[in-house]
Amino acid sequence: MKYILAIIQPGKLTAVHEALLDIGVSGMTVTEVQGYGRQKGKSEIYRGAEYTVHFLPKVKVEVAVTAKMAGKTVEAIKAASSTGKIGDGKIFTFDLQDVKRIRTNENGESAL
Amino acid sequence: MSLAGFASLIASPAFAQEVPEQSVFILNSLLFLMSGFLVMFMACGFCMLEAGLVRAKNTTMQLTKNISLFSLAAIGYYLVGYNLMYPLGNWSIEGVLSGLLPVTAVLEAVGVAPDKVDDLSYAATGSDYFFQLMFCAATASIVSGVLAERIKLWPFLLFTFILTALIYPLQASWKWGGGFLDDMGFLDFAGSTVVHSVGGWAALAGALILGPRLGKYKDGRVVAMPGANLPLATLGTFILWMGWFGFNGGSQLAMGSVGDVADISRIFANTNAAAAGGALIALVLTQLLYGKADLTMVLNGALAGLVSITAEPLTPTLGVATLIGCVGGVIVVFAVPLLDKMKIDDVVGAIPVHLLAGIWGTIAVPLTNSDASFSTQITSIVIVGAFTFVASFIVWFVINKIFGIRVSEEDELAGLDNSELGMDAYPEFSR
Repeated sequence: MKYILAIIQPGKLTAVHEALLDIGVSGMTVTEVQGYGRQKGKSEIYRGAEYTVHFLPKVKVEVAVTAKMAGKTVEAIKAASSTGKIGDGKIFTFDLQDVKRIRTNENGESAL
Repeated sequence: MSLAGFASLIASPAFAQEVPEQSVFILNSLLFLMSGFLVMFMACGFCMLEAGLVRAKNTTMQLTKNISLFSLAAIGYYLVGYNLMYPLGNWSIEGVLSGLLPVTAVLEAVGVAPDKVDDLSYAATGSDYFFQLMFCAATASIVSGVLAERIKLWPFLLFTFILTALIYPLQASWKWGGGFLDDMGFLDFAGSTVVHSVGGWAALAGALILGPRLGKYKDGRVVAMPGANLPLATLGTFILWMGWFGFNGGSQLAMGSVGDVADISRIFANTNAAAAGGALIALVLTQLLYGKADLTMVLNGALAGLVSITAEPLTPTLGVATLIGCVGGVIVVFAVPLLDKMKIDDVVGAIPVHLLAGIWGTIAVPLTNSDASFSTQITSIVIVGAFTFVASFIVWFVINKIFGIRVSEEDELAGLDNSELGMDAYPEFSR
């Protein structure tokens, strides 16, 4: 099993959600986050004074999928969230040791 | 009455010529009352503008200061201010200081008969008192925005009391009370100088003693501290804009003749034109200078346009009124960063808007009104400015020596909502 964590542009959440529904990913967790990458925030001007927004708003999407689905999931997130511009974010894939569904006590892939 | 009877009434010469005395009294009083509650709502405008332009951690404090200062002005103006401002000819020092007695404001008796009113040829004393009190309160509102996010509540309110009871009414008596500036021929229709610059001077003196917010000027750089709620700031600006029709329109001071009503109409239209000019020039200038339009400057620009036209909202044409407002907007766009260069921290831009645009508006009067002269206008600006700045500086200085006007560093970093009041504006939002 794989745990996939994607940092995406906030405006791309709907597209990513729809793409994951389309390939049958059965659940996702979404968090509003702030951060920076190589872009290192951005500069704006407020009342004539330049200031840097160090942490830009992003959305963190987390999904747990079978190993077989992992490649397809990463591809779907990438396709749905890409604008080709700086600040599109990143997708991280982790090995997932175990999962337990709390209600039924199921473990492993059947709990996904 | 039949239609024919009505027609003959219209045709009768007496009806066409003049309005009966009691009707003039009622119409004049009505103007003061309607304009007065429009100006009252400007207190809400200032409050929302300031609440929007401070950081979230100082919101409750800014709201508290605004409603408190407005209420305190009602006490200061009642106890001393009104009679200090309107000596009605009884000067203890001719043209400079009122007779002072009776000290507190006194209204006409309940259910007063026409022959017992203070001045049947003019308006009810209560309507005039109410209208003038709102101007006094507006002056105090200007101060709070400049000093936001770092000044203690009670020393600020103490200053407000002295400003509304003494400083504002005393200098206002020199012009509107028939004092020496009025005798000199100084013209300031609704108070570009008497109200707005005075608020600005008082705030400037406070800002110099108080110092900038922590971290505002660091290593030779200006650190922007964006306001927390721009919808509130915009709402506040629109409310002020609306209230200004009462501020300038009511300053016609009479509504009992065709000429007066036509003049009030001109004033409304010119006031609106100047605000539009100020807002638009700020919109365009910030786009050109910074590559992106800055809403907070557009809001300041609209207000600067309003302040600019306040000294003479009657005589300009619509086009000239728009241009007078535009100059106010230009002043704001350049003065805001300039004040920052001088390390004078004005959180909401009230010094450019009220003080500098107020000076400009006062100087601009002779452009459209041949009764005014540049030399008298400038002399009066200097006299009122010097008096208000020096008096305010002394008061701030003394209050600071006795009580200290600034919160501790720790309290400022935590935000005044928590440290001074223990009450968040939005307790259920995480920060």
